[in-house]
Amino acid sequence: MNALTVHAPVLLVAVPLLGAFATPLVGRFGRSARNVFVGSVILFTGALAGLMAAHVFGLGEPLVYVLGGADGFGVPLPSGMQVPVRILFEVDAMSAFMALITALVALAGTWYSFSYWRERSGGDLYHSLLLLLTAGIFGMELTGDMFNFFVFLEVTSIAACGLIGFRVWLKHSQEAGFKVMALYTLSGILVLLAVGLLYGEHGGLNIAYLASRVGGSLVDRIALGLLLTGLAMKAGAVPLHMWAPDAYGEAPAPTSAVLVANSQASLYGLFRILFTLYGATVSVGALGWILIAFALLTIAVGVTMALVQRDIKRLIAYSAVSQIGYMLLGVGVGLAVSVARPEFGRTAMHGGIFHMLNDAACIGLLFLASGAVIRASGTRDLNKMGGLAHRMGWTTGFFLIGALALAGVPPLNGFASKFLIYESSFRLSPILAVIAILASIMLLAVFVKVFQAAFLGPASREVGEASTGMLVPMAVLAVTVVILGLFPGFFIDRIVAPAASALWSGRDLYIRAILGG
Amino acid sequence: MNGISSGFGAWNPIAWTLLFAGIFAVAALVRSLGRADAKRGSEQSKVFLSGNDEPSDAAGLHVRGDHLYWGLVEGLAGYYRRVQAMHTGVITDYVAWFVGVLGLVFVILVLVR
Amino acid sequence: MNVGNVPFVVAALLVVLGLYTFLFKRNLIKLVIGISLIETGVNLFLVALGYRTAGIAPIYTLAPAGRMVLPTPQALTLTSIVIGLATTALLLSFAVFVYRHYGTLDAGKIKELQG
Repeated sequence: MNALTVHAPVLLVAVPLLGAFATPLVGRFGRSARNVFVGSVILFTGALAGLMAAHVFGLGEPLVYVLGGADGFGVPLPSGMQVPVRILFEVDAMSAFMALITALVALAGTWYSFSYWRERSGGDLYHSLLLLLTAGIFGMELTGDMFNFFVFLEVTSIAACGLIGFRVWLKHSQEAGFKVMALYTLSGILVLLAVGLLYGEHGGLNIAYLASRVGGSLVDRIALGLLLTGLAMKAGAVPLHMWAPDAYGEAPAPTSAVLVANSQASLYGLFRILFTLYGATVSVGALGWILIAFALLTIAVGVTMALVQRDIKRLIAYSAVSQIGYMLLGVGVGLAVSVARPEFGRTAMHGGIFHMLNDAACIGLLFLASGAVIRASGTRDLNKMGGLAHRMGWTTGFFLIGALALAGVPPLNGFASKFLIYESSFRLSPILAVIAILASIMLLAVFVKVFQAAFLGPASREVGEASTGMLVPMAVLAVTVVILGLFPGFFIDRIVAPAASALWSGRDLYIRAILGG
Repeated sequence: MNGISSGFGAWNPIAWTLLFAGIFAVAALVRSLGRADAKRGSEQSKVFLSGNDEPSDAAGLHVRGDHLYWGLVEGLAGYYRRVQAMHTGVITDYVAWFVGVLGLVFVILVLVR
Repeated sequence: MNVGNVPFVVAALLVVLGLYTFLFKRNLIKLVIGISLIETGVNLFLVALGYRTAGIAPIYTLAPAGRMVLPTPQALTLTSIVIGLATTALLLSFAVFVYRHYGTLDAGKIKELQG
């Protein structure tokens, strides 16, 4: 157990990666063998994530994992300075928190996809890509090196777009695949340009090293602008969000849940760069208000566009985009006041970061339930479905829990995080809280629309309840939603507060863990 | 014991749930004091449609997805016309938005102190 | 030989040309070429970062005396070229399937997923 905990950061990337490449081989032995293999790989990964998180939360300072020469193996630079050749993973409380979210969503999505994938062939490659996506997301969250972050960013882009366009017989999925890949590639290249600019300016790629040297020079600001816009686009902030309904809508249902974890990992990257890499060297007021502007646009446009959608998955996709706005709002308020450090800034960070966990669970649940709905009614058009609640009681219940939780209805978990966001953003400026609350109410209207269209009404065709393999992951997520809602204080004290502190006031610890002294 | 508190207010879901359970218990008590002579499935429990018969095509009664919020969407028609027109679906427009926002962020970051 | 800032200027030119192609051309294949141009520009920028005037290749075996260029940007560029290969291949496969389904490669006409 000790050896596993010590090596957990790199195993979290290596195990899904090796599993991804071994899956087509195991698939030769049949479908059940492949399902058992993929299921055990993802279960082992989830257990590792839990172990690592428990270790890091207890440690109180970032955990550094060295890949390469620890000491002594140096390469002399032309200037005569010795630089050890290595890549570092640096796991602090925020990274561990994100790893927990990814593990939860990846577990639910992968298990759901065992029963969801009904085609005779292609299942091996589909599950292989799903494991590759999971490995990439873990890599993005655990790394302490900017170029390594870029590499994992591109790994997730390729795996995600492969999954979006996987069903090549569907016309729209190919269009979505092309558009999303083009935009992801563009943002990836600009992130690489920014990393190159930072390397040229300061001579290192490690985040802690760059953080100790970065100042407010022009090159630093240009790199910050590129990183901010590129990662905000990958997270889905308006007006850069237009790929999101295509991506989430055309991917198979369990993949959409994991794609949400992908967007949140990009959001984590953005927060890491803003809080830890740049800290207070560029005006936090300007940066915070840029984030708040993105957030308000995202919240408003996301939820209003969701109201007029006809396709159930595009509607849930627009709601997912809107919820990213809440996370941006909470953390943006925190960033804007992070120099003066008033108490409501810390509350805003708690709200924004807690909302990442709540949103991942709720949106994952909604996408999985929508997959069951589409399977049962044979169509994705909300105008053509109806009456599913008569026979699909469990699916109806899970959908209701996810929808109410996301809209912020007490006592579920959405209300707990949104309460913190409302209260703290009100202290910064009342208009922020007003827009956030109105958008929550409109989100409730959006989900009433979906519930009425899909579940209520007279039974239109003979449907059966979703299979157990699809119900169990939904039940796991629903139970998570309810428990997070009933005991928010416990979860905020134990996992959200350390993660928020790691961003809010943990910059020096982060730098000191690698550079020492 | 379990609640969270922002600087201004507090939220305790266990207390809220107990309160609502109590309210539901009171409501169930009041309901149980009612008349017990209504029979399910008889004339007394049929849907009242202003005296008309229930239509044979029951599916025609179901309000479909698009029609549910017609009034709200009509009221916001000006907003929707502009915002939906922005979501053209053409990939080059997406990139144009990206480059536009990138330029704006550059201007803000370079000018601010 | 002192190259001055010429590599950086050329890299910036390539990035701008690639962005122009990506923004204003309609054919999907031309969009992919635009992305490829941006990638090339960024790779050139990365390699140019490491160059030191009159430097030799950063290989230790039987190295003559003198300054070496920085090895790290070369590693970055290699990785980036391989990633560019994978993304270009995926983009072109999607373009092939889009053509099979839609019958056209005009980005202005491939907009069924809108609103």
